[in-house]
Amino acid sequence: MASKRSYTRRDALRVISGASALSLIPGWAWAQTKLTVGVIYVGPRDDYGYNQAQAQAAAALKKLPGIKVVEQEKVPETTDVQKTMASMIEQDGATLLFPTSFGYFDPHMLKMAEKYPKVRFAHCGGMWTEGKHPKNTGSYFGYIDECQYLNGIVAAHVSKSKKIGFIAAKPIPQVLRNCNAFLMGARSVDPKITCQLIVTGDWSLPVKEAEAVNSMVDQGVDVITCHVDSPKVVVETAEKRGIYSCGYHANQAALAPKGYLTGAEWNWLTVYQQHVKDALSGAPFKNFVRGGLKEGFVKMSAYGKAVPDAAKKKADATKAAMLKGDYVIFKGPLKDNTGKEVIAAGAALKQTDPVLEQMNYLVEGVVGKV
Amino acid sequence: MNGPSTGRGPLGPAAEALLIPVGALVAAMLLFGLFIAMLGQDPLAVYGLIWQGGFASAFSWQNTLSRAAPLILTALCVAIPAQAGLMVIGSEGALALGGLAAAVTGHLLGEASPAGVKLAMAGAGMLAGGLWILLAGALRQYRGVNETISSLLLTYIAAALFNHLVEGPLRDPASLNKPSTDPIGTANMIGSIPGMDVHWGLIFGVAACVLAYLLVRHTTWGFALRVVGGNARAARLAGLPVGALVLGACFFGGAASGLAGMVEVAAVHGSANASLMAGYGYAGILVAFIARQNPLAIVPVAVLLGGISASGGMLQRRLDLPDATVLVLQGMAFLLILASETLYGRMRLFRGAEAGA
Repeated sequence: MASKRSYTRRDALRVISGASALSLIPGWAWAQTKLTVGVIYVGPRDDYGYNQAQAQAAAALKKLPGIKVVEQEKVPETTDVQKTMASMIEQDGATLLFPTSFGYFDPHMLKMAEKYPKVRFAHCGGMWTEGKHPKNTGSYFGYIDECQYLNGIVAAHVSKSKKIGFIAAKPIPQVLRNCNAFLMGARSVDPKITCQLIVTGDWSLPVKEAEAVNSMVDQGVDVITCHVDSPKVVVETAEKRGIYSCGYHANQAALAPKGYLTGAEWNWLTVYQQHVKDALSGAPFKNFVRGGLKEGFVKMSAYGKAVPDAAKKKADATKAAMLKGDYVIFKGPLKDNTGKEVIAAGAALKQTDPVLEQMNYLVEGVVGKV
Repeated sequence: MNGPSTGRGPLGPAAEALLIPVGALVAAMLLFGLFIAMLGQDPLAVYGLIWQGGFASAFSWQNTLSRAAPLILTALCVAIPAQAGLMVIGSEGALALGGLAAAVTGHLLGEASPAGVKLAMAGAGMLAGGLWILLAGALRQYRGVNETISSLLLTYIAAALFNHLVEGPLRDPASLNKPSTDPIGTANMIGSIPGMDVHWGLIFGVAACVLAYLLVRHTTWGFALRVVGGNARAARLAGLPVGALVLGACFFGGAASGLAGMVEVAAVHGSANASLMAGYGYAGILVAFIARQNPLAIVPVAVLLGGISASGGMLQRRLDLPDATVLVLQGMAFLLILASETLYGRMRLFRGAEAGA
């Protein structure tokens, strides 16, 4: 089977450099099963969030002929996950693994990859580095800040108080990039909008998340989004308090029929299918895959009832530009919220620019501290 | 205690100590089978998978033991102070701070001889964990603060302190999306037990349990400790240094948890980060209670818990059962084992005729 993606020079080099040994995958555990895929989640599969987004892709894989999927949920980032990976390989015959939590990579997945060199390990996150990490490991991730930018555009159209809010788990680059994109999307509509940031401190703290929403509503914030593992509590609390929300990770429309505007969703099936196809055909493992809206790695939730036509029009136009692949969100002159210039005038950082993955500032208009 | 008999039945007290918990376990398995049948699955297939996942092969034994290893040490953090009558449930915090202290020590001494660094890391971890639980003991001894509440609250403080330090002053700038301390370096890692894929925490844990057992049951210090646990006022009247004994027990307990943290850093993660707080401390409380605070019983109980957790993965993968299924089994097993405690001394089989008064 030929890959749909055209080969780059890097891919070709990888083939020559002997990664093709991977194609010598041993016999299958089950007669009709051509490939067993293992998927590991850090939380529950039905969390309306990070894990559900992965589980949806796994569920779709199960429908493909000859593919067997084994899943395990609530696996902590300790030796537990090492043993879970080893069990999937030794006991279930899995040869392609998706350990989906960020903290599974180092040292857990790397250790198992060394022990099982013929198994392919595809990790969600951006950690894989050429020359540093084994060839049978890789990272996949998506430019979901594009969707947060579109969330911001829609939010700006419905906000009356001109105050929007972002609830973050941790002040790390991925999260800050989403928060900044959300505000910048909003400011592309109305430059006076501000975004209140609250950092809860961890990936899953439902009580703090609810408190954060309540305190934001009390301060006059009327549209909210977040970056926590499960946006369920945030979206539900926002609905209860009668404000609007934009989703994250997966679709939360069912939780807030009135206030859910749209949302930034992962579309991991694109990645899963690619890796399955390569594993089946024996094609070399793609160690580093990234993509945004254009590549189909991320998508937007369908617009809710409350979204006005003007918002749809503006968001759709921006989305169309992003789908073409040349839209730049982070360009100069850009100041952070302490007044320091972070991107010089004239500079434009493309989505693929690694500098963006070290983001350690909040842009002007975000109320909060890193 | 006026109920239980001290007589002798056809089988002795040693058989009682073995058969009662095993009987409770069998009852729990039968109940769980019923639950599984209600879910529409075949209980026999489930039993087979539990066996296969946790105990059937060398691979599954290693899986079980590596899950049991951290629980042995954290359970000691509960069981040792319990000898002095204290209910300390703060092992999670002691583990986190012990791990942090070990990681910082390992990084600071990075270039020194690995054997010395490892020893220093273990020392730092035990010291940090020990002092943390000692704090709960001191609050109880000198300020009359309930140690169960204070050790639980201290865990929240430890977690906050840990996160603040790891995400702030002690953060390795290279750890972008997963804040961690600076790595201790591969030379300072302690690795696995030779020939097994289980880390050294298992050996440390078993050794600590044996040591704790000897200390508690076969030294005058241990005897004095148990007198304090039986009646602190009587112990004071007898001239025992109650304060020192209580604080010492808390320190040893905390040191065990701190060592668990050091092992997590030096055998698994290579640095301190939020993954250290994976709930081992809380699971250790369960283990200690099931083991009836007996240091030697902690080992088999921890292995049982490790096995259930290893089998849980198998049930999820093969039968698509949710993770909560395992919690149901765990809950049933432990509830029945605890409930079976009331049977001690009340069965004629073990203790003769006048039981149950």
